[in-house]
Amino acid sequence: MLHTNIIANMNEVNALPLQVKNLQITKNGNVLLKDVTLSIESNNVTVILGPNGAGKSLLLRCAHGLENLSKGSLMWNTNIPQPQQSWRAYIFQKPVLLRRSVRANLEYVLSLHSINKANYASLIDAALKNTGLGQLADRNARVLSGGEQQRLNIARAWVLQPRVILLDEPTAELDPNGTAGIERLIMTIAQEGTKIIMSTHDLGQAHRLANDIVFLHQGRLIERTPAQSFFEQPQTKMAQDFIAGKLLNGE
Amino acid sequence: MVFVLNDFSQAFSKAIQLIFQLDPALLEIIGLSLRVSITAVLIASLIGLPLGAALALYKFYGRGIIVALLNAFMGLPPVVVGLVVYLILSRSGPLGVLGLLFTPTAMIIAQVCLITPIIAALTRQTILDANVEYHEQLRALGAKASRMMKTLLWETRFSLMTGVFAGFGRAIAEVGAVLIVGGNINHATRVMTTAIALETRKGDIELALALGIILITISLIVTSLVMSAKHAAYQYHS
Amino acid sequence: MKRVLTTILLILITMSVVIAEEESFITLSSTTSTDNSGLLDYLIPKFKDKTGIDVRVIAVGTGRALQLGERGDADLVLVHHKTSEVKFIENGFGIKRRDVMYNDYVIVGPKDDPANIKYLTKAVEAFKLISEHKVPFISRGDESGTHKKELELWSLAKIDIQKYSGDWYREAGAGMGATLNIANGMNAYTMTDRGTWLSFKNRDDLTLLFENDPPLFNQYGVILVNPERHEHIKYQQAKLFSDWLTSNEGQQAIAEFALENQQLFFPNAQREIATVETE
Repeated sequence: MLHTNIIANMNEVNALPLQVKNLQITKNGNVLLKDVTLSIESNNVTVILGPNGAGKSLLLRCAHGLENLSKGSLMWNTNIPQPQQSWRAYIFQKPVLLRRSVRANLEYVLSLHSINKANYASLIDAALKNTGLGQLADRNARVLSGGEQQRLNIARAWVLQPRVILLDEPTAELDPNGTAGIERLIMTIAQEGTKIIMSTHDLGQAHRLANDIVFLHQGRLIERTPAQSFFEQPQTKMAQDFIAGKLLNGE
Repeated sequence: MVFVLNDFSQAFSKAIQLIFQLDPALLEIIGLSLRVSITAVLIASLIGLPLGAALALYKFYGRGIIVALLNAFMGLPPVVVGLVVYLILSRSGPLGVLGLLFTPTAMIIAQVCLITPIIAALTRQTILDANVEYHEQLRALGAKASRMMKTLLWETRFSLMTGVFAGFGRAIAEVGAVLIVGGNINHATRVMTTAIALETRKGDIELALALGIILITISLIVTSLVMSAKHAAYQYHS
Repeated sequence: MKRVLTTILLILITMSVVIAEEESFITLSSTTSTDNSGLLDYLIPKFKDKTGIDVRVIAVGTGRALQLGERGDADLVLVHHKTSEVKFIENGFGIKRRDVMYNDYVIVGPKDDPANIKYLTKAVEAFKLISEHKVPFISRGDESGTHKKELELWSLAKIDIQKYSGDWYREAGAGMGATLNIANGMNAYTMTDRGTWLSFKNRDDLTLLFENDPPLFNQYGVILVNPERHEHIKYQQAKLFSDWLTSNEGQQAIAEFALENQQLFFPNAQREIATVETE
């Protein structure tokens, strides 16, 4: 376990299961998520899969407390999600890094949560080492390459040693090389015992990373199965078409 | 044309002469100008930066009116500001008991009134733009509203510096307000601009122009100091 | 970098700290003519040497100078328009007016003197000729003592000057120096006090054309601001300055003050009255 117990006490929550019941999000009269019900129990990599506009990001945002629910409920065990909870981190597709050094970016995240300053150095050093950013610690974050920026983005989540990391299409803006690096990082984090829930529209990526699949289309939950059975024996026509690379139609 | 050029070359040599003589009266005037305007800029920044940021980030009753007022006050003629501050600080005015009229403090107050709207309005616009980029990210990281404001102010520090120095430029170059509330008293409240006005009035165009050249030089030095600080800050991280 | 910024900030703050001034001083509101001529810069150090009291001068027009006294923003006034001064006292704003000195006004204009006033002996005649020739004349137009004096002279010459306002008669709404600058720029005539004229440097084509007629004399008076109106008035110190201006020593200093070897101000304080009031 990477969890060095420095902030383990703070994050000593039973995050799982994530329970979603009859979740609905309506914006400007458009129903964007409809009647989503699912439960995520196991501590591995869950991939939310689906074409653009399926509601993947929205579901992740709900899980981090960034959206107001129109109907239904979403709970992490007994907790209603709020962005301030340090046991869970959220990673955007395109990171917005602060105009300061790599190290200072990590310090900033720690300062948002009540963490003893004495522990900053060891937490940051660990995060830098794990993400391979050690050499770049004193660089201005804004001048890093795209791949380096996304690694810092992940370091920014990891430095809190969270129980759960939510990632919204984390490699959508990266080249294959950068993508491979980020995927390796995600695998490492998962192996260290952190729950990963990430969205992607990239089948190959889902195949490479997922333990189980949440397949969404047009705001509805279509399939929820272990990854192996999803790819080998998709239950629904829509999932079959998606795996076969066909364009999906409306209902 | 030849005549005009002659005027300038005379004024220029006079300015150089004044500077290198380290004329004590001149140094006193320059010192007071800087002291008054720098203090005014510091105070105006302490008010204007958080005010501008708050106007950009918080919704509250009367915000629209304050924003409209700020924009209107940005273009306020200094004489009007001077007159209002005079009426307030005058012995017969509401704050007359403080005895601040015709002191550097009165000049600082007038300049603060003049430049706070500039700094606040420019800060508001800068923070508004930055918030579009940062808001979601900071929120997801767990930042609360007050912390978000501080972060945005720091993230946009180089842009904000431009606003602060626009304020300094207006303060140090301003004559109408400081003349009314300061009184242009020799050895007490005489600054570069009021001295220029005085020398022009006395018909000593040469000395007035020389003082003007010194004023421009000081503005240039301050501006280039800021530019190089900015440059150094960028260099530092890259 | 952070350390550099902090240091700069500290320096700025130290520089900008407003040091409390313990020095004893009084505030005198006076006219630009006395200040611009350099008379007060000459007199005040002498008074300060003797008493340790500094005199801070606010140089504005007579109207504004009296208003500063009325509002309690000055401890005493030194102005030169008797009618306004009397009104100031009658309204209870000032007390103990004393004559201090007089200077005189002169008429200046372009060297070629298009209105031909150079050889006249009466100021009123000069004003009449200027109006007949309709040559540009710049008035202060700022309710100052000089402006009021000039209006008196137009009315003595029986000319309704407001009729020509904006035509050849221009009201600058400015101080004496600024008005002279305008007269220079427009090749116009104007009336100025001799002191400002002698210390005025941007003359070019302007020259002195008319002087030495009693209606052009200009009496200065010093008035103490009524301490019953404003508690904070430094009455005792202000009175010391008023006493000194009208004392033998002060009067002699006024007579000594010269610009380009010309005496500008002629002391005429009435000693006996001064003595009575000093008690």
